[in-house]
Amino acid sequence: MKSIEDIRADFPALHQQVYGKPLAYLDNAATTQKPQTVIDAICHYYSHDNANVHRGVHALSERATAAYEGARRKLAALIHAASAREIVLVRGATEGINLVAQSWGHANVGAGDEVLISAMEHHSNIVPWQWLCERTGATLKVIPMNNRGELQMDAFAELLGERTKLVGIVHQSNALGTINPVAEIIAQAHAAGAKVLLDGAQALAHMPVDVQALDADFYVTSAHKMYGPTGIGLLYAKEALLEAMPPYQGGGDMIRSVSFERSEYNDLPYKFEAGTPNIAGAIGFGAAADYLQSLDVRAIAAHEQALLDYATSQAAAHDYIRLIGTAAHKASVLSFIVDGVHPHDLGTILDREGVAIRAGHHCAMPVMQFFQVPATARASFAAYNTREEIDALFSAIAQAHQLFK
Amino acid sequence: MDLRSLYQQVIVNHSKSPRNFGTLEPCSHDADGHNPLCGDRLHVYLQVNDDDRIEDVRFEGDGCAISVASASIMTETLKGKTLAEFRALFDDFQHMVTSDVTAPVDEESMGKLSVLAGVREFPSRVKCAILCWHTVKSALEHEGVARTE
Repeated sequence: MKSIEDIRADFPALHQQVYGKPLAYLDNAATTQKPQTVIDAICHYYSHDNANVHRGVHALSERATAAYEGARRKLAALIHAASAREIVLVRGATEGINLVAQSWGHANVGAGDEVLISAMEHHSNIVPWQWLCERTGATLKVIPMNNRGELQMDAFAELLGERTKLVGIVHQSNALGTINPVAEIIAQAHAAGAKVLLDGAQALAHMPVDVQALDADFYVTSAHKMYGPTGIGLLYAKEALLEAMPPYQGGGDMIRSVSFERSEYNDLPYKFEAGTPNIAGAIGFGAAADYLQSLDVRAIAAHEQALLDYATSQAAAHDYIRLIGTAAHKASVLSFIVDGVHPHDLGTILDREGVAIRAGHHCAMPVMQFFQVPATARASFAAYNTREEIDALFSAIAQAHQLFK
Repeated sequence: MDLRSLYQQVIVNHSKSPRNFGTLEPCSHDADGHNPLCGDRLHVYLQVNDDDRIEDVRFEGDGCAISVASASIMTETLKGKTLAEFRALFDDFQHMVTSDVTAPVDEESMGKLSVLAGVREFPSRVKCAILCWHTVKSALEHEGVARTE
């Protein structure tokens, strides 16, 4: 693996001071910083190749199309999809889930059916299913977790039944860091005849993902949490599922022919990509996949685990810090409460020390309700973080604690 | 800019020991306030007499130090004020916490409220400071719920 110094050199935004203090960017679960290669790929597209895709006969359009489709192939390779036809480019993990709920959901879920999600889902993996259930008469059921923030697998087995049509599970929790036993969940769900959607928004930057080995039916993620740009993400779905699914949005690019009587839909994955896509975003996403591959995600995972272990031991050394989420299998997220200091105040105080963290409910309000806290502070790590930044974090936490003592 | 100007001792003190904290029954007006971004939640109760004067005001709920201290100091300030005076203070307070950092603060007219002037240097925290004021406003206007997002 590259040295941390060399990795840090790839990210221009890391090299700045905030309020006169060196930036310690520990809000990577919200969004990661971008390496120069990603920024350059986007800049190059707009500077040299800008054109619409899939329709032009001129050189620029051909280059734009080649770059856009090249990105799709890189993403298929990154998650080990069987084919690039299984990669639908969307705005992000959120849109991917909405697409599945609206298209596959409405075609396959009806009154009396059940959709199973977990107690640690992000709002984006709750609300689309609530809507689906409200509209179809299906029931939304929730797999509970224990007080370490781990799914209760025995309860999952009991909830799973012949009425279960879909299991929607977060691969890695953004609020707690828990990595769920997704292979086991998929095997059990498939045995019961249910499909499985994995929300991989947090996962891809932190662990190798092989959708075929997992046998995932649907997998969604967002580029911006894995060193890519915002506004672009992917939905992976098995080809047979995508073939059978009705289109999600209507428009240009998703059709083969249109008359006022009827329209014939385009091949995969274009059937699901109506309108001019986020071409620059997709190219940046492809560059982010290249970057991730160049670092070796296993080496990143080992580095981040060492950071998490160090941060966890630092937290344990202070009796005024309580960790929220202590799963045996977790990664890159330290969610916590400091006695006497509201997370929002902590966020402001840390910011003035150059330490960027998230304070809030992390779009997982049911998780906050479960742990009976209004919010938590969350430090989250990426490949470029250092022990020194964690020292800066705990030093600033100590100051905040002192201020409110 | 020093954090101490935001987290002055007065503010820390009010946040740890809020004044006029609790319910008020009976009351003539009450409302919920909620800042979904950070989870601040409060409920204000007012007893307004026939002369449009705030006889008593209390609040309960939980939130960050800025929102709790602001509510605590607000209740101290509002007791005995008329509704017209409340409306003027509402505007003055809103102006104080959103004005340019170089603008002078009229400490004489703002009284205790001026300790919250430091908030204007922390734009993400302005909502915390004004939540309680919006909540009183919606209570008096019978809206029931105030939100700052």
